[in-house]
Amino acid sequence: MAERQWFARRRYGFGVRPVTWQGWLISAVALGIAIGALTSVKKTDGDILFVGVIGLYLAVAYSLGGTKKQVDTNVRESDADDDHTLDDGVARVTVPPEIYGSQTPREIAEAIVSRSGKFSTAPDDEVTSDSVIVVEHLTKQFGQRVAFEDVSFNVRRGEVFGFLGPNGAGKTSTVRTLSTLVSPTSGTAEVAGIPLDGGHDIEIRQRIAVMTEVPGLYLRLSVTENLVFFAGLYGYRDPQPRIDRALEAVNLSSRASDLCGSLSKGLRQRVGLARALLSDPEIVFLDEPTAGLDPVASLEVHNLINALRAKGVTVFLTTHRLDEEEKLCDRVAILNTTLRTVGRIDDLRQRMFRKSILVTTVDPLPDPDRLFSAIDDVASWTKDDNGGYVLVVSDVRVAAPAVTRALVAGGADVLSLAEGHHSLEEVYLELVGSAGQGGER
Amino acid sequence: MNQSWIRIRAVMRKEFREYRRNRFIIYTMGTLPLIFTALPVISLFSISSATPPSVVRTQVAITLLLLLVIPVVLPATIAAYSVIGERDQGTLEPLLTTPISREEFLLGKSLAATIPTVGVAYAFFIVLVVAIRLGASSVVAHAVWQPSWFLAELLFAPLLAAWSVWVGTAISARSSDVRVAQQLGTLASLPALVLPLLMSLQVFKPTATVAIVIAVALAVIDVGAWRIVSKMFDRERLITGASAVTMRAEAGT
Repeated sequence: MAERQWFARRRYGFGVRPVTWQGWLISAVALGIAIGALTSVKKTDGDILFVGVIGLYLAVAYSLGGTKKQVDTNVRESDADDDHTLDDGVARVTVPPEIYGSQTPREIAEAIVSRSGKFSTAPDDEVTSDSVIVVEHLTKQFGQRVAFEDVSFNVRRGEVFGFLGPNGAGKTSTVRTLSTLVSPTSGTAEVAGIPLDGGHDIEIRQRIAVMTEVPGLYLRLSVTENLVFFAGLYGYRDPQPRIDRALEAVNLSSRASDLCGSLSKGLRQRVGLARALLSDPEIVFLDEPTAGLDPVASLEVHNLINALRAKGVTVFLTTHRLDEEEKLCDRVAILNTTLRTVGRIDDLRQRMFRKSILVTTVDPLPDPDRLFSAIDDVASWTKDDNGGYVLVVSDVRVAAPAVTRALVAGGADVLSLAEGHHSLEEVYLELVGSAGQGGER
Repeated sequence: MNQSWIRIRAVMRKEFREYRRNRFIIYTMGTLPLIFTALPVISLFSISSATPPSVVRTQVAITLLLLLVIPVVLPATIAAYSVIGERDQGTLEPLLTTPISREEFLLGKSLAATIPTVGVAYAFFIVLVVAIRLGASSVVAHAVWQPSWFLAELLFAPLLAAWSVWVGTAISARSSDVRVAQQLGTLASLPALVLPLLMSLQVFKPTATVAIVIAVALAVIDVGAWRIVSKMFDRERLITGASAVTMRAEAGT
């Protein structure tokens, strides 16, 4: 390791400041010479005031800002290291150079590795190399009140991950925790391969975007002015092309110069979405993205989410609209303070509900019990509200032909015969319906 | 230019745009200085050439020191609104999910409040001294047109404004209500007026050395205030209304 530099560049203001005893010694000697020179010459009030003013501003400039975060005091060894590309062992993520400030991506990566011993690795067998969010036994308490407890899941790169739960289940607190707004009480997590330990919050926020339930726009500013502001917060010098792309994506280009205060709730929601797209994030947290939108606008948002998935962007979708989750999500997690389940919707159905066949006939069967009991693959049967029959079976592919044959042999006029389908709503209600509301908020 | 300055500048520009669209802020910035300085300025114009120089110098000192009230009072309300106002209108949470650090956010906010205030203070000072040169008696003009007064205004206006802004911002970061923050902000910025007041009452003489000592002290306090307010800026408290430290203590972890 190279010898530490005597002076370090500052994050704010200009110049350098001493960081070692040699640097401080040089500064002290220089100050002594300056004071000596001042006291040895003839002075007037004007001279003192002039020197004082200059000295004051130098003192302010000198003390402003402090040193930049030092990853390593080595200077950059070669230009090749400064390519602003992170290699996490899984995928190379090219990031605009401006978002890293004075540190190279390699420096940031080295800092993370030196701190945690890993950059993006799987903490257990369930986590794949593609996981971009890894949550392990995460708990958040507000005083004595538990927002969520012992939550563990992982989200894979490029998937749309649904996060469901009743009001107060801890969904918003989870999103706030993963987006570094609040710190967890216990447990660990990695977001975009970066540990959520309080030391890398800015790096995490550079790679994510959050669209909160309330769009949170400056109503006195125009749509473009809002986006220019947020682009500035991401460090973009020339944001207009990004803004144009984002507005085009949410179909708002024609309203770019309108004041946000003059927009309807649905349009404000779309501006919020455009803002989330500005930074080309790796992970997008969307909290109720279609709340207040009409069906056409909702469909546009759905298409946008699918487009993000196609681009490899991970979408963490929180919504109360179960049809939306069912339509869009690759996997869902259901939370009610504790995590009730996580998985693919089809897998959840199979895990929670027995397989069934729905039979509808033109006329009611004279003796359905005798007919269905005679079929080996039918475990039980019930009548549904529409006058049809629900048969619980062990294997649909085996049972369906047997049921068809039995119905025909029994002289029934069959209207339809279909595999029973349980909606996500049924899964959801089964898991949280009896538990009532969560404890948060 | 450093990356951080892009974010700081973004905050400043946004703030300036919001000021421009808010007539209340514009009117306040225009009229408040007039209220504070009208009487002493009129008294300067009423001084005749026959007035003894010592009396003139005292009157000039009082008037010009009172001009330093402008940078103290003017930004207090704006600064007090800076953080709690963002929370109130629901913009704080989206803002805090971006890569901006709390130091950058607060510096951008404080510069946005300080710069127009200092601009207004300088403008009033320039208008006053030019008017005195053109309309007041020669003894008054001679007493006002001293380099030391120009340097004092140049120096103290930003330092006092910065003090007022940091006090207001600190209150804003810890308040739960906009109105309370604004009232407390105005009240808490007033102690900075003690120094000009003591000087105007001749408790100690406003010499160059005194000015430098006070200016250095104010500069150190301003920079320290930035650091302290940054530490006080608790994302968790602002978003959820509860401090992370307190919650961890209560949770026993």
